[in-house]
Amino acid sequence: MAKVLSFLTATRGKGRLHWTDWVSYGYLIFGVFLMFGPVVWLLLSSFKTPNELDRFPPRFLPYAQETLVVDGYDEPLLAFVVTEGELEGQTVGQTRRAAGRSEVVSPSNPTERVRLTTDQLEPIEGIAFATENYTQLFERFNFLKFFWNSTFITVTATVLMLLFNSMAAFALSKYEFRGRTTVLLLVIGTLMIPQTVVLVPLFLIVTELGMFNSLWGVIIPGAATPTGVFLLRQYMITIPDEILDAARMDKASEWKIFWRIILPLSAPAIAVLAILAIMWRWNDFLWPLIVLTRTENFTLQLALNSFQGELQTDWPSLLAMTVLTLLPIAAVFMFLQKYIATGIASTGGK
Amino acid sequence: MLKILTPMMRIIEVPMLALQRKIGINRLAWAFLLPNLVLFGLFAFLPVILNVFYAMTGGDNVLLADRPDVGARNFAQLLDCSNHFDPNSCREDKFWRAVWNTIWFVVLQVGFMVGFALLTALILNRDIRARGFFRSVFFFPVLLSPVVVALVWKWILQREGVLNAFLDWTGAGGINWLVDAQWAFGWSVFISVWAHMGFYTLILLAGLQAIPRDVYDAALMDRASAWRTFRRITLPLLSPTMLVVLILALIKGVQTFDEIYAFTGGGPGTATTFIIQYIYERGFAGAPRLFGLAAAASLLVAGVLVVLTLVQLRISKENADG
Repeated sequence: MAKVLSFLTATRGKGRLHWTDWVSYGYLIFGVFLMFGPVVWLLLSSFKTPNELDRFPPRFLPYAQETLVVDGYDEPLLAFVVTEGELEGQTVGQTRRAAGRSEVVSPSNPTERVRLTTDQLEPIEGIAFATENYTQLFERFNFLKFFWNSTFITVTATVLMLLFNSMAAFALSKYEFRGRTTVLLLVIGTLMIPQTVVLVPLFLIVTELGMFNSLWGVIIPGAATPTGVFLLRQYMITIPDEILDAARMDKASEWKIFWRIILPLSAPAIAVLAILAIMWRWNDFLWPLIVLTRTENFTLQLALNSFQGELQTDWPSLLAMTVLTLLPIAAVFMFLQKYIATGIASTGGK
Repeated sequence: MLKILTPMMRIIEVPMLALQRKIGINRLAWAFLLPNLVLFGLFAFLPVILNVFYAMTGGDNVLLADRPDVGARNFAQLLDCSNHFDPNSCREDKFWRAVWNTIWFVVLQVGFMVGFALLTALILNRDIRARGFFRSVFFFPVLLSPVVVALVWKWILQREGVLNAFLDWTGAGGINWLVDAQWAFGWSVFISVWAHMGFYTLILLAGLQAIPRDVYDAALMDRASAWRTFRRITLPLLSPTMLVVLILALIKGVQTFDEIYAFTGGGPGTATTFIIQYIYERGFAGAPRLFGLAAAASLLVAGVLVVLTLVQLRISKENADG
């Protein structure tokens, strides 16, 4: 303990902590609670039984009543401890319950049923993770379909975007041709046109192309991004032209130079863009909301939103589904957070 | 992945090589640009032009040929107010409610967010342990989807949620947070700051770390106070980054929709309905689908965004030029 304390309080070569250090660490630790706390709470809640979720005030960890296997009964019985009367202190299983009275049996004497009032019984509870919330997603909802839709959109849109954007970035960084400046200006121009301000005509175009209520209606309009072109172009400019010239001497075609030389050399930038693209597509909401109106086409985000909008919110399923929706992104975060940080800092977001 | 890609790339090589022989190396650039430019044209530039036509026509038909010309009447309907500060006096009162909500939201959200992002970045820039860990803690919510952010907080704020349980315990008593207009608005600002702050913290931290160390060493030699060092060195040298952050936050703030729509649905009433939700509801959610009004409102938003983006590009260019 003293070791931990000295580790936490030590400063880098400055000796004792200044009061501003205490304030700083206090702020940061408060930050940890504020940023992680809500998500941890969601995660814990998603493992609670419906009864436990209805409980107010809520308990921190998921609890469930324990059960008891008693000879002569096929199903496990709910376990109680008797608080008063003859059997005080004994553990019993409940066989029937009606109007404030329970019929219980003791495991040591399974043939004798005893009637008690419910206030003589106290449920035995233990920490238990209710996985039913998760399993019923697959039984009662079309969860796999939503998951597949989200995955298909994310993967296809990311692959197309990487291909198209890197082709354009290659042209803009390695060729001298008339109209290059114009094209660059056009790309900057598209930065100024976010989807949110062209929803109506975009809807018409997508409908006319027969992509309304089709996953392609979400994939194709997002397959070219100005951010991607800029990010890759900045990187490709740093690749020396001599490499290309050498390849041309060896009679390599331009396309071969692109995919055999430029693409592998741009791998770091492509990786950053891939992570961003996966994040954008997986979390996308407004455009899918407009294009995908049939339930079987819903992405996870749309499904989540529509379930929470229903009159009687089914929190057990909703919580489990939320956890499963944030899981892939959380996994990406754990493994690649360094790249994400650099990627986002270098592009300035979307 | 590579197993699928390699044959695909080989197949594309055939027409590309033929094209290269025919038009030469330099003009082949257009072939590389083609897919991207087609997509930009179809899904960015063409919509901008069509948007103007939609804004000038009425009815609920999506095909432009079937839409009657109404001139500037959509704009007139949007802008017709006897007092623009009072949405009740406007013909399209919902639009003005959304406009004022958005303005208030953007002012509060950007103010708090940039303020806290700066504070966090300054603290992370100090000589602290586990900086990488703390940095990613603050960044973490940026990755969450808007719907997830909304649900995480809805679960905490619901009538029998953990926050009300805590307030009950302290004796303050619970509040039905999302049913009260002002609380709902306040929480909307809060969750938006919570979700996006880490992104701006990251940019500001990069800006802080770009300030040369020796400037601070010089200040230390002159025995400048911490406050004076902050005012006279940190703030001026950080101001280009601050400006970029501010404009970026404004651009995104104006377009706020996803998380608030999933969080409150725009309610209670219209308390948290913002301008993009207005466009969505007029054009897509309700019947009749008033594409004209939606497009006209989009054009007004686009105007604001273009100005902001031009300012941002200008500042970025000045920063790059030193």
